[in-house]
Amino acid sequence: MRAMVYRGPYKIRVEEKDIPALEHPNDAIVQVRLAAICGSDLHLYHGMMPDTRVGMTFGHEFIGVVHEVGPSVQSLKPGDRVMVPFNIYCGSCYFCARGLYSNCHNVNPNATAVGGIYGYSHTCGGYDGGQAEYVRVPFADVGPSVIPEWMDDEDAVLLTDALATGYFGAQLADISQGDVVAVFGAGPVGLFAAKSAWFMGAGRVIVIDHLEYRLEKARSFSHAETYNFTEYDDIVLHMKKITDYLGSDVAIDAAGAEADGNLMQHISSAKLKLQGGSPIALNWAIDSVRKGGTVSVMGAYGPMFSAVKFGDAMNKGLTLRMNQCPVKRQWPRLFEHIRNGYLKPSEIVTHRFPLDDINEAYHTFSAKLDDCIKPLIVPNGQ
Amino acid sequence: MPYTSEKPPLTETTDQLRHRIPGWGVDLDPNDRPSVPKEQFDPTGTGAHWDFPERQQEKWPRERSIEHKFLTPVFGTSCPPKGLSGGLRKLAYRRYSEGRAAHWLILIAADRVDAAESHLRSLATLRPDNSITESGVMSEFRRHGIDSRIGKHRADVLHQTMDPIIVAGPWLLAGGVVFLAARSLIRSGRSKTKP
Repeated sequence: MRAMVYRGPYKIRVEEKDIPALEHPNDAIVQVRLAAICGSDLHLYHGMMPDTRVGMTFGHEFIGVVHEVGPSVQSLKPGDRVMVPFNIYCGSCYFCARGLYSNCHNVNPNATAVGGIYGYSHTCGGYDGGQAEYVRVPFADVGPSVIPEWMDDEDAVLLTDALATGYFGAQLADISQGDVVAVFGAGPVGLFAAKSAWFMGAGRVIVIDHLEYRLEKARSFSHAETYNFTEYDDIVLHMKKITDYLGSDVAIDAAGAEADGNLMQHISSAKLKLQGGSPIALNWAIDSVRKGGTVSVMGAYGPMFSAVKFGDAMNKGLTLRMNQCPVKRQWPRLFEHIRNGYLKPSEIVTHRFPLDDINEAYHTFSAKLDDCIKPLIVPNGQ
Repeated sequence: MPYTSEKPPLTETTDQLRHRIPGWGVDLDPNDRPSVPKEQFDPTGTGAHWDFPERQQEKWPRERSIEHKFLTPVFGTSCPPKGLSGGLRKLAYRRYSEGRAAHWLILIAADRVDAAESHLRSLATLRPDNSITESGVMSEFRRHGIDSRIGKHRADVLHQTMDPIIVAGPWLLAGGVVFLAARSLIRSGRSKTKP
C-alpha cells in the first residue's frame, strides 16, 4: 500500500508499505477513504514531539471502509463505512470506565501522561496513522462507529478530531448565558470552538489571530467578532479595553505549541525545541480573562516544560481546564446539531490533495499558503 | 466595568442572538453537554466486552515507560528502535521516568540522530532522500507563496525564513566539517612530503 512516511523534520514522502496486519483479536484493518492533516500534525512534521521516528505514518483524522476484522470483533464487519476517533482506547481501564477515553491506560506503553493516538509519535503509543491507504484500528468494538447514511465523508472526517475538540473546548470553558468568550487561534479547532460557544449561550464571541483570511472565516462561519493581533501593540490591553476593562469571562487557547505573537517564545520552542511549546496564546488567555474566569486549553503542547504564567493564573483565581478530547462522547450530540442544520463542518475545508502530493499538502498547510485552513488527503487520488 | 458590581451590558439581546446565530443556546443547559460532568462512570457503555483486554503478542522487547507497571496489553508496532538512535531511545525509557527532563531530551536527541542515520542510509538505496521534493517547497510556486505573505502583516513570516536553515543547516555544517577535516589532512600530508 501507499503511505505517507516521515523522513525527518520538514521532510515527508509517500512510500510503499505492507498492508497492516491484525495484531490483536479486537483489531480491524480499515481502508482509508479520506484523511485530514491536523494542526497538531505540524508539531510532528516540525520535529517538536519527542520520539517521532523516521518511517512513521502520521494521521489521526480519518474515515474509511472496514477491510478486515479480528475474531473477537462484534460490532463491525467488512464493508462498513466507519469514522474513527483519534483516541485509541480500550473501553475498560480505570479512565475509560469514567469516560476519559483520551486518557486510556491500556494502549500506550511509552507514556502514562497521554493516551494512544494514531500516527502521533511513540510518545503517543507508536501506532501508524491514517494518511495511508490502510490503517490498523485497535479495539474495533470500542472506538470506531458506522457513519450514518445521511452524513457525507467530509463532515464525518472532521468529527474524528477538529469539530469534536472545538466543541469539547467550549464545554470545558463552562460557558454560562451571556458570557464573553475569547478564542485565541482561528484554525479549525478555534473556528469550531467559537461556533460551539454560541450553542452554550455565549453573549459575545471574540476570535484573535494574525491571519486575515482565517479571521474572515471566523466572522462568516463562527459569527464571531475578530481582531488581528498584529494590528495592536498589546493584544491583552486591547482585550481589556473592548471588555470595559473587565476581561472576558472565558478564554480558549486554540493555538497550542506553535503559536505566533512572540518571536523568542516561538523560536525557543518550535525551532530550538527547548520548550514543550510556545505558550504565547495561553499566556494571552490567562492575562485577558477576567479574575475568577476560566481558561480552556485545546491547543496541543509537548511533554517538555513551557514558560506559562502560572503566577497570574493563581493570583487571578482562574480555573484552568484542559484535556485531549474524548471524541466519541461528543458524537451523539454533534450528530444532532449537524442534522438540525446548526453547523456544516465541511465548510472549513479549503484544500483536497491526493496522497501522492502529501508533501505539498504539509508545506502548504504549515506555511499557510493559498489561504489554507483545513487540507484533506484523498488516498485514491480522486 | 470592574470597579462597580454590574457586568458590562451586551450589545445584543438573547432574542437577537437566537435570531442571528443558528443553534444559539441549544446546549445552554449543562445537562445537554456530553462532557459534563467530566467523569461519568459507565464501564458497560463503551463497547468493551472484557475486564482486561487480551494481550497483543510482543514481537520484540517493546520499550515502555518505567511509570507503567507492565507492558500495556495493546501497543503500536511502527518503527522498532534501531541503530544509535534506537540505543538512545532504549536508554531514555529504561533509565528515566516521564517526570525527568533527561527522558525527553534524550528522546529528542535520538530523533535528530535517527534523521541523520536514515538520511545516510537512504544514500545507499535507489531512492535517496531529496530535501527539495520531501519538504514540499515546490508548492511555494504552485500555491502563491509570495502572494500569501506579502502585505498580509503575518506574524510568522520572519521565523519562516529560518526553516530552510533548519532543513539544510545540519548538512551544511556536516559538509563544512568534512571539508575542513579533508583540507587539514591534505595540508598535513603535504607538509610531511616536503624536504
